[in-house]
Amino acid sequence: MATPNFKHALFCAIVTIVIAYPILGLNLVAESTRVIVEGADTTTVISVFAAALVVFLFQLFRDRIMASLGGLPKLNPFADREHMPESKRARLESWVLTGIVVLALFWPFFVSRGSVDLATLVLIYIMLALGLNVVVGLAGLLDLGYVAFYAVGAYTFALLSQYAGVSFWMALPIGACLAALFGLVLGFPVLRLRGDYLAIVTLGFGEIIRILLNNWTALTGGPNGIGGIPDPTLFGMEFGRRVKEEGNTSFHDTFGIAYSSEHKVIFLYLIALILAVITALIIRRFMRMPVGRAWEALREDEIAARSLGLSRTAVKLSAFTIGAFFAGFAGTVFASKQGFISPESFVFLESAIILAIVVLGGMGSQLGVVLAAIAVTILPELAREFSDFRMLVFGAAMVLMMVWRPQGLMPMRRTHIQLRRQE
Amino acid sequence: MLEVQNLSMRFGGLLAVDQVTLDVQEHEIVSIIGPNGAGKTTVFNCISGFYKPTGGKILFEGGEIQGKPDHKISRLGMVRTFQHVRLFGQMTVVENLLVAQHRHLNTNLLAGLIKTPDYREREQKSLDRAAYWLERVGLMELANREAGNLAYGQQRRLEIARCMVTEPKLLMLDEPAAGLNPAETKDLNQLIISLKEDYNVSVLLIEHDMSLVMDISDRITVINQGRPLAAGTPDEVRNNDDVIKAYLGEA
Ligand SMILES: Nc1ncnc2c1ncn2[C@@H]1O[C@H](COP(=O)(O)OP(=O)(O)O)[C@@H](O)[C@H]1O
Ligand SMILES: [Mg+2]
Repeated sequence: MATPNFKHALFCAIVTIVIAYPILGLNLVAESTRVIVEGADTTTVISVFAAALVVFLFQLFRDRIMASLGGLPKLNPFADREHMPESKRARLESWVLTGIVVLALFWPFFVSRGSVDLATLVLIYIMLALGLNVVVGLAGLLDLGYVAFYAVGAYTFALLSQYAGVSFWMALPIGACLAALFGLVLGFPVLRLRGDYLAIVTLGFGEIIRILLNNWTALTGGPNGIGGIPDPTLFGMEFGRRVKEEGNTSFHDTFGIAYSSEHKVIFLYLIALILAVITALIIRRFMRMPVGRAWEALREDEIAARSLGLSRTAVKLSAFTIGAFFAGFAGTVFASKQGFISPESFVFLESAIILAIVVLGGMGSQLGVVLAAIAVTILPELAREFSDFRMLVFGAAMVLMMVWRPQGLMPMRRTHIQLRRQE
Repeated sequence: MLEVQNLSMRFGGLLAVDQVTLDVQEHEIVSIIGPNGAGKTTVFNCISGFYKPTGGKILFEGGEIQGKPDHKISRLGMVRTFQHVRLFGQMTVVENLLVAQHRHLNTNLLAGLIKTPDYREREQKSLDRAAYWLERVGLMELANREAGNLAYGQQRRLEIARCMVTEPKLLMLDEPAAGLNPAETKDLNQLIISLKEDYNVSVLLIEHDMSLVMDISDRITVINQGRPLAAGTPDEVRNNDDVIKAYLGEA
């Protein structure tokens, strides 16, 4: 019993040293023209060996540690409380959700500009994750290039405003529809693919879009990006100090209040909030409609779904198209918020983060996705000084989740359907 | 209503189905029997469009259907179950039945989003149809359970109910009694007869349980190593020398 554990633990410790020492301990130093390798200082060496010791001890007593952690859920005071009746639970849930939205409506007026700005970003991620949830969580299609549709939405607005002077409100539906069209176009070649193959092709698609944006300098400005993207207006009122567009008025003049740059930030936040709520409501509705059930049926058993007359083509394409549509939504808001976009904003890491939100939140669960979006966006901001370790913490969080809650923070709950007795 | 003429299916060097001919008339239960690996499931897969047959013709209500995509064939009114139960395991029992009724529902996205009266009416109808069949197969109490958590016999019944809510003309059952206990098999027996008598569905049945087959079949086709061996009424098949030698004698 102890021997295999000991061997395994020793092996893990050695691997830790072999990996950690060259990465953390060896430095390349440029000395005039030559580059020399410099050994680690004592503290680094000590910490590497300390880390190896921790790994060794953890692996050695792993069974016992895991067993004691398994007892943890018993500490949860809610663990063995009685389940609420279904109807009461649903009512409570809708009250809580409404409460949160109302709170979110008034919250920005009492906090700093930076927080509101960050909250807007969270809302954009919520929209993205809700959209990707359709593709990955409901339809079970692993899409690693989702950021491409986000980019299509953002660039649609940026280009339309630059070349045709189109406003935010016009660009919003156009950007979303164009992203949806891209979703449809991507859907066709990958219809027959599943799992790993699908993931690789969508990953490639995401990169193609980014590289295209990077290299089509004449149109997109390449790596320099596009700036001067206008802010949204409220019934023709602009939020800038001076009115830029002919025929518009300015917000602060109309209401006779002093100009404040906060107005614009709050306005953008409110737009993002409303769009995120709309996104959530629409997708929630879809989930209870034939389309939504068809997505899930295809995820559960494609052969059975087809044997009941569901067309694989229609179901998969609708998932890709609708998912992409909401990414286009989010992209337009993002472009307007930043005022400047470049291909930098649409790298693979973004796809990975959105996917992580979906997985952490619990596939198919909307509330879980919202919580995970908040956690994944805000935690790195709170822990700025640890930003070097951001990916490390991220990875560790994913591993821990997979061990303790593979179904995500809040796994999807099935809707309770009340039936009328027949006969 | 269903006519299979000289159906052949070749997998590489293996001729799994060789010149099989059979037909199902309205209001009839037809069984396919034969030892394991005889090619019965492969015949089903060809009829339901999972495989493209390498030879022969399949006619449903006069129209040729061989080689058509499976979902189109199913929409003609011909649905099947599987030898190994295939449910949508993480969806609830009633959701399984709702998925099957997608064609009865208005698939227009907007109509569903704003819940037009027409949409509501159709939705209620499919809920009622689901409730009716759940009661019929005795799963009403489990309507909101996840299908994957049901007992085996319940899963089998749910699979049949899922076919029936599509209001098919022909129901194809692949070894529905496999893994059921004698009491459950008896219930199944009655259910299949009632499907024919009360709901006017024709049934094409693959089954190993001889007593079940002999009891309820109007006609039987025997397949051995892909080739048709005999066909006729249960009595004719029971007394056929080839069949006794090849199949019944073995068992
Ligand atoms: N997809 C396939 N590829 C290759 N061989 C197959 C395939 N499907 C079935 N077979 C072969 O066809 C023969 C008949 O199988 P099957 O129709 O499942 O028999 P039964 O249902 O009568 O027990 C078997 O030898 C099986 O191995
Ligand atoms: Mg079989």
